[in-house]
Amino acid sequence: MFVLAKLQDVVRIPPWQFNKPLTEAITEELNRKLSNRVLYSVGLCIALHDIVKLEESFILPGDGASHSRTTFRYVVFRPYVDEVLTGRIKSCSSDGVQVSLGFFDDILIPPSALQQPARFDEAEQVWIWEYEDGKHSLFMDPGEEVRFRVAAETFTDTTPAGPELSPAEPSAPPADPAAGQQRHTPYLITATVNEPGLGLLSWWANLS
Amino acid sequence: MENCCWHCFDTERLDASSAVLCNFEVYELLQDVKKQSSGKKKKSQQKNLATITYETLRFLESTPCKYQSERCIREFLLALTKFQLTKSEKLQLLNTRPTSAVEIQLIIEESEERLKDEEVEEILNLVKTLLPGPPEEAAADGAEDT
Repeated sequence: MFVLAKLQDVVRIPPWQFNKPLTEAITEELNRKLSNRVLYSVGLCIALHDIVKLEESFILPGDGASHSRTTFRYVVFRPYVDEVLTGRIKSCSSDGVQVSLGFFDDILIPPSALQQPARFDEAEQVWIWEYEDGKHSLFMDPGEEVRFRVAAETFTDTTPAGPELSPAEPSAPPADPAAGQQRHTPYLITATVNEPGLGLLSWWANLS
Repeated sequence: MENCCWHCFDTERLDASSAVLCNFEVYELLQDVKKQSSGKKKKSQQKNLATITYETLRFLESTPCKYQSERCIREFLLALTKFQLTKSEKLQLLNTRPTSAVEIQLIIEESEERLKDEEVEEILNLVKTLLPGPPEEAAADGAEDT
């Protein structure tokens, strides 16, 4: 589920960090920039693995900081399609079941990808697998460990696009990026449990 | 969890996946990162790194990679060569340490056509013997044998 992504960037080290060894300062700066953030079409960046190439550092006019073009490898979370993973159910809603891995929460199992037949209990807000046509009702409770297969991944570019041109709110604060961005998850994994062996671990525990 | 997308105009993706890592490799790396940052005083600057390292380590510690070592992984992969599995299948066997035939069917594509029942049993056996598992399992097996 983790890959090494080879990336290249110009890293800026401000003058007050010149006392540090360059590689240490660059490592810190890269981790500060990328760690726990989603890079479009790459995945969720975890931590720096190593620096492959470090080119000459330049000081540009008007800025006392040094700029170094760095080629480095970063550990990225990006499960491949069809990979089987185990997580915990975070919540159920009419949109499906949300699964979390602890460090990554945006995994959704849509209703069509649940073990069929499935029904949603509005009162308890939980999805239920009606095994053997209702003879056994198997609940998908939050907190339960669940094994799922990655069906698809969706990257959304959430860079701010500028203020919305709506005449209704001329006094609204310009470009409120936080509100807009939270509506789109930058990296969403769509999963399925509609296969023997998938779903809650407790459902298949007696087989091993 | 706030994973905001940072569209880095400067960060060029030379190779979005130049290599695949098994959970054990990431586990070792993150433990190193944790060790290095525990010596420093300035933690506020690396809040993101601290958060993701903590959460990912917590996740990995609930997986079998906690008990693995470089040597056992190498032995395991060597023992698997005769089954002609793909890289991703071997990776998943390492990461999930299956204990039942159902899990093997999930991991290995078209397992009914590619492997005979005895071969599936053999793979399960290799997993059990070459990849260390949680100590409670070993104790339970010991109790079963007596």
